[in-house]
Amino acid sequence: MRIAVTAQDKNLDAEFDSRFGRCKYFIIIDPDTEEYQAEVNQAATAHGGAGIQSAQFLANREVKTVITGHVGPNAARALEAAGIKVFIMESGTVRDAITAYKEGNLTEVSEATVDSHSGLNMS
Amino acid sequence: MIISIASGKGGTGKTTIAINLALTLAETESVCFMDCDVEEPNAHLFLKPVLEGSAQVTVPIPIVDEEQCNRCGRCGEICAFNAILPLGNHILTFPELCHGCGGCTLLCPTGAIREEPLEIGVVEWGHAGSISHTHGRLKIGSPLAPPIVKAVKNRNQNMPEGTISIIDAPPGTSCPVVASVSDSDFCLLVTEPTPFGLHDLTLAVDMVRALQVPFGVVINRAGLGNGGLVNYCKAKNIPMLAEIPFERKYAACYAKGGRLVEEFPEMKEAFQSLWQTICATAPEGTKLP
Ligand code: SF4
Ligand code: SF4
Repeated sequence: MRIAVTAQDKNLDAEFDSRFGRCKYFIIIDPDTEEYQAEVNQAATAHGGAGIQSAQFLANREVKTVITGHVGPNAARALEAAGIKVFIMESGTVRDAITAYKEGNLTEVSEATVDSHSGLNMS
Repeated sequence: MIISIASGKGGTGKTTIAINLALTLAETESVCFMDCDVEEPNAHLFLKPVLEGSAQVTVPIPIVDEEQCNRCGRCGEICAFNAILPLGNHILTFPELCHGCGGCTLLCPTGAIREEPLEIGVVEWGHAGSISHTHGRLKIGSPLAPPIVKAVKNRNQNMPEGTISIIDAPPGTSCPVVASVSDSDFCLLVTEPTPFGLHDLTLAVDMVRALQVPFGVVINRAGLGNGGLVNYCKAKNIPMLAEIPFERKYAACYAKGGRLVEEFPEMKEAFQSLWQTICATAPEGTKLP
């Protein structure tokens, strides 16, 4: 089982990044062994469809679950098609996200939580 | 002859200059006005054209028959806009991201993709007195302004020889502005004498120079401290074609949708002399009426 957490840096103590399509890094982790890999999100600078491209990237890495802050409608459609579950949280570190996930403290969403392009307006 | 009116930013009075120039020229010439500010067309508020026709503007977007698709993934690889994407067992399409380039349809090895028109906006045309008027309107939420701009400019082909076309470009320096200004014989860059105005003007100057369109500057609301602007134009060898002074009565006229050249004789003179200056400044080879 591999889950991905959107992050602002490359390690488990990094601040979580609430944007999905335009997060800086994906930390892809096996929650049982806590073995992880940090991947630069190439879609962060895409002209459009960043969320879609990110969903495809995660699907190609056989990620089944993603923890992020919010997803737009296009990303939500792509994640659903790829069979990737989405859990949301507000803030904390990547480690906090994993812990909350393991303890079952995160909310699963199946629809967009924000409008299109909202990731573009945030720093 | 095609004259485009542009400005590095909104709110410089670009449309005021465009319509008053059009009205001045219309007294002696055949004039066609093209409002290419398709996200916010507003010249019709001043010209008040009677509309005579309209046409939809569409782009072809892909529709995938999943039965015929072999999941090869080529469509997703070719699309630069993430508008089509094989994911899991489905081929997802995102029409609002699609630019209608046709690349995916062309590359699909099984013929699983066909194209359907998606409306992205309209072009409307008519007459305001003797002025032939065309404007485009982008559908809200569509990112595709340039095809509408091109559709507006295409109407120009129906105009009689010798017509002067005035193109009111969108503000800024992005793709739809480039689409509006390219192929012009001359471009007027409208600016105002503020530090922001100067900064945005420099961007607009870079754009028209890259497009190789001859241009000059019109200073609107002149008198608010022109120093930096004038120095910049002199240093860069940019012709300053006219200054429209800042006066409350002009602003009031604009605010109620009025026409400067009809209300103020000195404005009529100013626009006539602007036209003469354009003719004198436009480089040799420009088709002048
Ligand atoms: S037509 Fe072009 S932009 Fe549209 S989905 Fe196909 S490749 Fe992408
Ligand atoms: S290119 Fe054609 S066959 Fe290949 S995945 Fe896309 S739609 Fe299917």
